[in-house]
Amino acid sequence: MKEISCKLLVIGAGPGGYVCAIRAGQLGIDTVIVEAGKPGGTCLNVGCIPSKALIHAAEEFEAVLHMAGGTSPLGISVSAPALDLGKTVAWKDGIVSRLTSGVAGLLKKAKVKTVYGWATFRDGKTVAVETETGTQLIRAETVVIATGSASVELPFLPFGGPVISSTEALALSEVPKKLAVVGGGYIGLELGMAFAKMGTEVTVVEALPRVLAQYDAELTRPVVKRLGQLGVEVMLGAKAKGVKGDALLVETSDGKSVKMAADKILVTVGRKPMTEGWGLDQIDLDMAGKFIKIDDQCRTSMRGIYAIGDVTGEPMLAHRAMAQGEMVAEIVAGHKRSWDKRSIPAICFTDPELVTAGLTPEEAKALSEIKIGQFPFAANGRAMTKLGEDGFVRVVARADNHLVLGIQAVGQGVSELAAAFGLALEMGARLEDIAGTIHAHPTQGEGFQEAALKALGHALHI
Amino acid sequence: MGEHIIKLPDVGEGVAEAELVEWHVKVGDLVREDSVLAAVMTDKATVEIPSPVDGEILWLGAEIGDTVAIGSPIVRLKVAGEGNVKSDAAGQTAKAEEPAKPAEAKPEAPPAAKPKVSEPVTKAAPVAVAPKIPERVSGAPRPEGEKPLASPAIRLRAKEAGIDLRQVSGTGPAGRISHEDIEAFLARGPQVAKASGLARNDSVEDIKVIGLRRKIAEKMSLAKSRIPHITYVEEIDVTALEELRAALNKEKRKGVERPKLTLLPFLMRAMVKAIADQPNINALFDDEAGIIHQHGGVHIGIAAQTPSGLVVPVVKHAEARDLWDCAIELNRLADAAKSGTASRDELSGSTITITSLGAMGGVATTPVINHPEVAIVGVNKMMVRPVWDGTQFIPRKMMNLSSSFDHRVVDGWDAAVFIQRIKALLETPALIFVD
Repeated sequence: MKEISCKLLVIGAGPGGYVCAIRAGQLGIDTVIVEAGKPGGTCLNVGCIPSKALIHAAEEFEAVLHMAGGTSPLGISVSAPALDLGKTVAWKDGIVSRLTSGVAGLLKKAKVKTVYGWATFRDGKTVAVETETGTQLIRAETVVIATGSASVELPFLPFGGPVISSTEALALSEVPKKLAVVGGGYIGLELGMAFAKMGTEVTVVEALPRVLAQYDAELTRPVVKRLGQLGVEVMLGAKAKGVKGDALLVETSDGKSVKMAADKILVTVGRKPMTEGWGLDQIDLDMAGKFIKIDDQCRTSMRGIYAIGDVTGEPMLAHRAMAQGEMVAEIVAGHKRSWDKRSIPAICFTDPELVTAGLTPEEAKALSEIKIGQFPFAANGRAMTKLGEDGFVRVVARADNHLVLGIQAVGQGVSELAAAFGLALEMGARLEDIAGTIHAHPTQGEGFQEAALKALGHALHI
Repeated sequence: MGEHIIKLPDVGEGVAEAELVEWHVKVGDLVREDSVLAAVMTDKATVEIPSPVDGEILWLGAEIGDTVAIGSPIVRLKVAGEGNVKSDAAGQTAKAEEPAKPAEAKPEAPPAAKPKVSEPVTKAAPVAVAPKIPERVSGAPRPEGEKPLASPAIRLRAKEAGIDLRQVSGTGPAGRISHEDIEAFLARGPQVAKASGLARNDSVEDIKVIGLRRKIAEKMSLAKSRIPHITYVEEIDVTALEELRAALNKEKRKGVERPKLTLLPFLMRAMVKAIADQPNINALFDDEAGIIHQHGGVHIGIAAQTPSGLVVPVVKHAEARDLWDCAIELNRLADAAKSGTASRDELSGSTITITSLGAMGGVATTPVINHPEVAIVGVNKMMVRPVWDGTQFIPRKMMNLSSSFDHRVVDGWDAAVFIQRIKALLETPALIFVD
């Protein structure tokens, strides 16, 4: 058995792990990273990036399809377009492979040693990695657990055959004729809408009384409207019960059993932390529910072991993991750091897109008197020119000192506004700061400034 | 209806003025004959001024802390009958003088008139003054539970500097913390409490130095600025003395009431003996006239702590008192000083002083001479210490004497001889009682 030792060992090369390793390498720490698959984790391989590629392709196809219908207000007409999903997926795979090899290159540049294989803890300082060439034993002063998360599997709908997770949905070679989506959360709706745009007949089965239940109803209304336009059937208060042949068994809200024919059944009922199979039982860490318990420096209950990313809790977002990874690397290098982020913006890439940063109006109300300013894209010139008038920007601020507590937006392309929202919150902006910043015209970003002006009582364009 | 003017009476021999330290009445109060109106302080005694008549207070002629000349009017009373203001003309004169400060006199009046106050109280109500806060330091940190508002760059800087941002006041909009706030915080240094639950206190209380405290301050300044002190510390083995003292305290004699002996009467007797050999130690030095008044009588001042401050009652003619007499007189004076009833006479006239803090005495002190005396003997704490007797360590009761002398008139050698003589007497206490 081969044996190496290092100062820092990172387990998992997802966005949390690889960022941690690169930063540690930059800081001159002798670092090893272990990855069982390809670098980049869920995000690059089967999550954020491939889904966005597919969503974009679907968007383009739907736009052209719309033009082919002869009803485009832009005056463009084309003959019937066709989609070769196999080619689309190949294009998507090209992007993914460019990115994953990019990460591998960055790790190398930072002088991080990458070991490919499955890691298992022997004890708090020793990890055995099953590599292609045998077992590699790694001893490390400090270990960072960045094992990520996986799709939740329903016991009565095990993955396999027509039942697929998001991973398989991103690698289909043909557009399914009928797709049943179990779970109306952000992953289910992002993919469901994309397939609907590619011509699939989509039905969403959601157990709760509304889709995207983590967001407030006002924010999700434009998405629900668009689901209708795309012909997506949404069954609310309905429970998936099992699969029979090519059909999904569903119990509707009024208690009836329905047999729903479907080529594919996409199960998107959430993600669970990866806490099994790598020897968590060998080190017996304190848990917080199903997640590994961490403090404000991402330290676990065992000295010298850190945990970052999805395995440590909600929100399970790549950018949270990256920020944690960077912080931990700096802590290991001896810098004084602790988690002090004001907001972790979250984006839902449905059509239209949703962005949230900071507190919702409800959360903010619980803390103080608030002021809300909301500006609709229907009054925004740039949104009109993009055929994206649905949606709005909403700013939530303290009533007494106008400190901005939260910002939400729904609308076409608003994901790019997340940068401005996050910056405003981290900098401790007041309504006057946003209102007093020139926002370039004509952009949808002007909606942000107008929402702040609205909260101050003097919006100009509404 | 007439007016009665009360003038500050002559409160002691040769005193030309006295400091008003307390008002027991305010304008508008009704007073009875003999009720106490005010307290004034002379050299070291506090004297109460009673009302000679019944009446209503119309005017108070001084503020607390004012020095008032003997004979000047201090209170005007409205009385039934004629009063002591004879003619209208005289009344006019009095009135013409008054307006000097009647307006201020009012608000300064003390709380409420207490019917019978036997204890002279010499403290004035402290005046709380709102503290001046520099503009950049915007007072207390934000309300509890509220997160400090700062940009990521500021947070990083604070983290690296080890600053808890919750302790930093933000001067920016909505209390946002700026780089300047961090710099101001760092400039103010680490005295600022870091732990949670501790808060900065920027209040300043102004306390007027009056009464006994002012006397003490003046006396100490005089002594320390005029007298070049030499302080001599010597160790005394008081084991034998303590045995003797315990035996004497144990001894009971029928029909004889004896006080419990402390160490001081022995020290006083030892000093009397030593002074017999060195009379120049028992003297008052009038440095302006250039004359040393060497006294035959040994009048030993005993510095005593009272609730209102330091006073020095005096055991007169210690040379003519035996051990028990010294002890009795000492106890009587100590009680009088503590209750504030010691007379001016009992508080003056010392020719040499003993200062003792008892169990608080410490290892060594640097006593300040009671001007214009030339020596002060300080008693330090007695404690059992190991002493090398030539073959082994043995536990002995040891005590230090820290004594200061006026180096202008007492040479170091003489000071040492004086203390060595006392040491010899205390270590072999029988010598105190033999001539």
